[in-house]
Amino acid sequence: MMNFILDKQKVDELNAGLAPLKLSGLEPLTVRSDSNFINIGERTNVTGSKKFLRLIKEDKFDEALSVARDQVDGGAQIIDINMDEGMLNGVESMVHFLNLIQAEPDIARVPIMIDSSKWEIIEAGLKVVQGKCIVNSISLKAGEADFLEQARKVKRYGAAVIVMAFDEEGQADSYERRIEICERSYRLLVDQVGFQPQDIIFDPNIFPVATGMDEHKLNAINFFRAAKWIRENLPGAHVSGGVSNVSFSFRGNDLVREAIHSAFLYHGIRAGMDMGIVNPAMLEVYDDIEKGLLERVEDVLLNRRDDATERLLEYAETVKGDGKKKVVDLAWRNAPVESRLAHALVHGIDEWIVADTEEARSQSARPLDVIEGPLMAGMNVVGDLFGSGKMFLPQVVKSARVMKKSVAYLEPYIDAEKMSGDRQSAGKVLLATVKGDVHDIGKNIVGVVLACNGYEIIDLGVMVAPEVILKAAIDQKADIIGLSGLITPSLDEMVYVAKEMERHNIAIPLMIGGATTSKVHTAVKIEPQFAKAEVIHVLDASRAVTVAGSLLGNDRQRLGDATRKEYATMRSHYENKRSQKQMLTYANAKANRLKLHFDQGQVIKPSFIGVKQFQQIDLTEVAEYIDWTPFFRTWELHGKYPAILSDAVVGIEATKLFADAKSMLDKIISEQWLEARASIGIWPANAIEDDIILYSDDTRKTELDRFHMLRQQAKFVASAPNLSLADFIAPIDSGVADYMGGFAVTTGIGIEEHIQRFEADHDDYSSIMLKALADRLAEALAEMMHKRVRTEIWGYASAEALDNVQLIAEKYRGIRPAPGYPACPDHTEKNNFV
Amino acid sequence: MSLNNSYSFQQSWFFDSNSMHKTDLQALLNKRILILDGAMGTMIQQYALDEDDFRGERLKNHHKSVRGNNDLLSLSKPDIIKTIHAAYFEVGADIIETNTFSSTTIAQADYSCEHLVYDLNYESARLAKEVAEKFTSLNPEKPRFVAGSIGPTNKTASISPDVNDPGFRAITFDELKQAFKEQMQALQDGGVDLFLIETVIDTLNAKAALMAAFELRDETGVDLPVMLSGTITDASGRTLSGQTTEAFLISLSHFPLLSVGINCALGAKNMLPYVKELSRKAPFYISVYPNAGLPNEMGEYDETPRMMADQLQEFLDDGLVNIVGGCCGTTPEHIKAIAEAASRVAPRKPIVVQTSELIG
Repeated sequence: MMNFILDKQKVDELNAGLAPLKLSGLEPLTVRSDSNFINIGERTNVTGSKKFLRLIKEDKFDEALSVARDQVDGGAQIIDINMDEGMLNGVESMVHFLNLIQAEPDIARVPIMIDSSKWEIIEAGLKVVQGKCIVNSISLKAGEADFLEQARKVKRYGAAVIVMAFDEEGQADSYERRIEICERSYRLLVDQVGFQPQDIIFDPNIFPVATGMDEHKLNAINFFRAAKWIRENLPGAHVSGGVSNVSFSFRGNDLVREAIHSAFLYHGIRAGMDMGIVNPAMLEVYDDIEKGLLERVEDVLLNRRDDATERLLEYAETVKGDGKKKVVDLAWRNAPVESRLAHALVHGIDEWIVADTEEARSQSARPLDVIEGPLMAGMNVVGDLFGSGKMFLPQVVKSARVMKKSVAYLEPYIDAEKMSGDRQSAGKVLLATVKGDVHDIGKNIVGVVLACNGYEIIDLGVMVAPEVILKAAIDQKADIIGLSGLITPSLDEMVYVAKEMERHNIAIPLMIGGATTSKVHTAVKIEPQFAKAEVIHVLDASRAVTVAGSLLGNDRQRLGDATRKEYATMRSHYENKRSQKQMLTYANAKANRLKLHFDQGQVIKPSFIGVKQFQQIDLTEVAEYIDWTPFFRTWELHGKYPAILSDAVVGIEATKLFADAKSMLDKIISEQWLEARASIGIWPANAIEDDIILYSDDTRKTELDRFHMLRQQAKFVASAPNLSLADFIAPIDSGVADYMGGFAVTTGIGIEEHIQRFEADHDDYSSIMLKALADRLAEALAEMMHKRVRTEIWGYASAEALDNVQLIAEKYRGIRPAPGYPACPDHTEKNNFV
Repeated sequence: MSLNNSYSFQQSWFFDSNSMHKTDLQALLNKRILILDGAMGTMIQQYALDEDDFRGERLKNHHKSVRGNNDLLSLSKPDIIKTIHAAYFEVGADIIETNTFSSTTIAQADYSCEHLVYDLNYESARLAKEVAEKFTSLNPEKPRFVAGSIGPTNKTASISPDVNDPGFRAITFDELKQAFKEQMQALQDGGVDLFLIETVIDTLNAKAALMAAFELRDETGVDLPVMLSGTITDASGRTLSGQTTEAFLISLSHFPLLSVGINCALGAKNMLPYVKELSRKAPFYISVYPNAGLPNEMGEYDETPRMMADQLQEFLDDGLVNIVGGCCGTTPEHIKAIAEAASRVAPRKPIVVQTSELIG
């Protein structure tokens, strides 16, 4: 018997100094000269698999992908893809299938072998795969010129190549022809093209055995000998081949075929074949082959007996079987349906999703429960895994697709439920990725999830200009606008959209989401720009459902109030933190002051200058100006008046408290517990730098007083000015005659006697109640006096007609900063008023 | 047979090359760590430019807003761009990048500025070269280089932008190749010394750029060095298109690159494992230019020059890199601190691939 066992030492010496063959899908694959045999999956080949051909012809690409996935799950380290069939558009089918594979990370992780006898199909394939592929194949069949041109292109696309033992004369069938063609090809590739030798893989032709023809008796042996010669003589080169071909004569008898494949590989690998296109599901373990069968198979492969073929045929007649069934771990299919849905989402497997969804639906009260329950739970797992780096983007996108499939199945049921009146339409949500940003996966997921929950989605896509968002929101009567973005400039763009919505008076709640967005940014930058409706940062798709539900339901007031309050707290924390962190020098802060344009025409001359005093003011009138919301806050009841009275949680307590307050307020007024006094002043004023000067009269000769105003020194992000109250009074060099008003109020005169009375009775409740009401009355008196200044005493807004809610919202012209509060934190200036 | 020379670029292109740039760069890279500049966008932001500034005379009546199209400033505010280039040279940068990150017909389409692509690249290259030559003439001992910046474009050849249609592609390999070739031709005409294909998020886009470089070499006979820098986008340690660092390297190693490296998306600290891997496996020089940390909740970068230089110290001490600089959020102060740190250590020694044991 001829020796065809590879001399490994010889190969090592030959390959010293050479890098290994490196390939890549999403992950690397390194083939060293001493690597174990590399399995190349063969089932995604229309010429070798009837099933795969049918799937491609019938456009069933989803199932075709499952064939590819089965190969990888079954142990293929590379997958061979071939679309050479007369009835197919090879280029189109190849490109489409490869594009689909790129979106399947569990398949795309392995390198691709692009298999075609047509160069245009190969090149089209090379243009759509990011990893380092193997081209299968090129050869000298059409002469050197074509061979060299194709090889140069393969090199520039960064692929390795399979070279068939084929030349102008035809396909090599003898040992001598095999090595002659391979050596010639190798020299051309290495010397003329500069091909990396380790990127060259030879296919020295695997032909069928046991055909009954004498000239085929040496087919296996000649392959083995050629493999050995190539590995021992051509540095770096690898040897591969299509294994199924060898058992072609035994089609229909998988048991025998599997034995032939295994035995062929056993000897082929020993001879130096280091890669092969095989069906891992069609391989028997060499040692497990029944001894009688193995002996007959090897007799054929190694040409050990003249009657080898007959003996194997005889044996084959007795053992017609199905061979082995494919082994994929399907243990997860035995889990409860919730776990199965989660598994399918996490692994992006859509094969059973419809059946599982149906099962979950049939067990749920409402179809929507399936989405909000197991599906959202599964997506949360996906989110967690992604966040911790255990999943990556393409996998997440796949999960979203499975989700969508499940949802699509449920949609008719949800619609049917809607029709039957159980459920009303949830509302319209407009979604857009803002201008300058092309990222939309997150936005799409939010859209899918919201759509599943019965919302109508208006998706404007990516790179959407603010005016388009605004127009669509109005035209289509959106109930909610969702803005998304991934890159940092999108943050500013969202601020701009919010500003524009405010300016155009679009009172639609705004949801903010996307990878770079944050609650802090939303609180600090976006919410202050938009007061017409709620602005809420939404962390992920699952939260989008809850938030949208609240915004369009009974819970809106509470969510709005709670969010506003939370964001206000975050803003003040943020400002505190940053003002500690970054401060400007006073000189720089002054240089960055607010520069307003003053015009004498805007200044309305007061009808009165000087100080006026008011005593024994009618508390009945004062009480009309009370802002009750802070009153409840004093009692740790959070919520806006009057909604708080009907709040689900604190409503009852609030109503009781309010009744007590009203009753005490009546007594305060009717029994004259408290006396209200006020004192107002209006003076000619001008600013000199950060000081405000008051003059005794309009000649502006005599300086009455001077307020030393503070100025913000925090370093702001977007070149916002550093403000001082002095900026709001016309500077002296503007030549504009400006005025400033001031006032002091009290409603506390007489309170001590009543407090003592309550405390003597140990009636803390009434004591606190009285203080709280006096506090409210003082604020109310300030509001009332301010209004009188505007409408009568100064009279610059004599036509003002605002109700108490509008007053509380400070809709009037002018401001009322109090010393000791943020606009003017310096208490010492109070003395000047006295 | 010249097997031993055919696969390792340090042994092949250098000796084959007749280009001065390659020779200069090669000699320098073997001597010391070269400094790349820092962020362009961050510097431009400080000027708080408005729509009119961006438009300049040329786009006065353009039908679309162009504010934010930073590359346009090479035409409308060339002095600002030159000032920024000079600021980086002043603190010790050896290589600056042209203001052309988005100067492809594909990226400019967002602003309907495709017609400006040649001029954007040509002018950006010309003015960068002008500044570089001024600095070189002041100190010929420290020659300065201009790298033509080639960004990834805003379309990806192997990722579908439509979640419901995974087989869809918004751009093809050939369209990308054509756009990159136009950009490279104009950059080359404008006088760049090398190309920098950067912020690679989809390896297939980068392969198209490399194909463009191959073809440009054939057509013009000019053989400029090519640096390539990928972006690891998230905690999984993969590119946006899903490849691991090594798969990324393997997919692009068919081109005789000057350097390969990582930039953007992460701060220096998070890049370390991936740079280590490249440094161990790549037969090219290694570059790294991180962001000034990860963007904070407000979308700002807040690593100080000191913090960044300290983090890069480990890269330097371990001899992992040959070219170092900064990406988003970095300023001349950052580059100054990095240059000082880099001046104290020796550059990485290139791998000479000799035995298979070295790999993997």
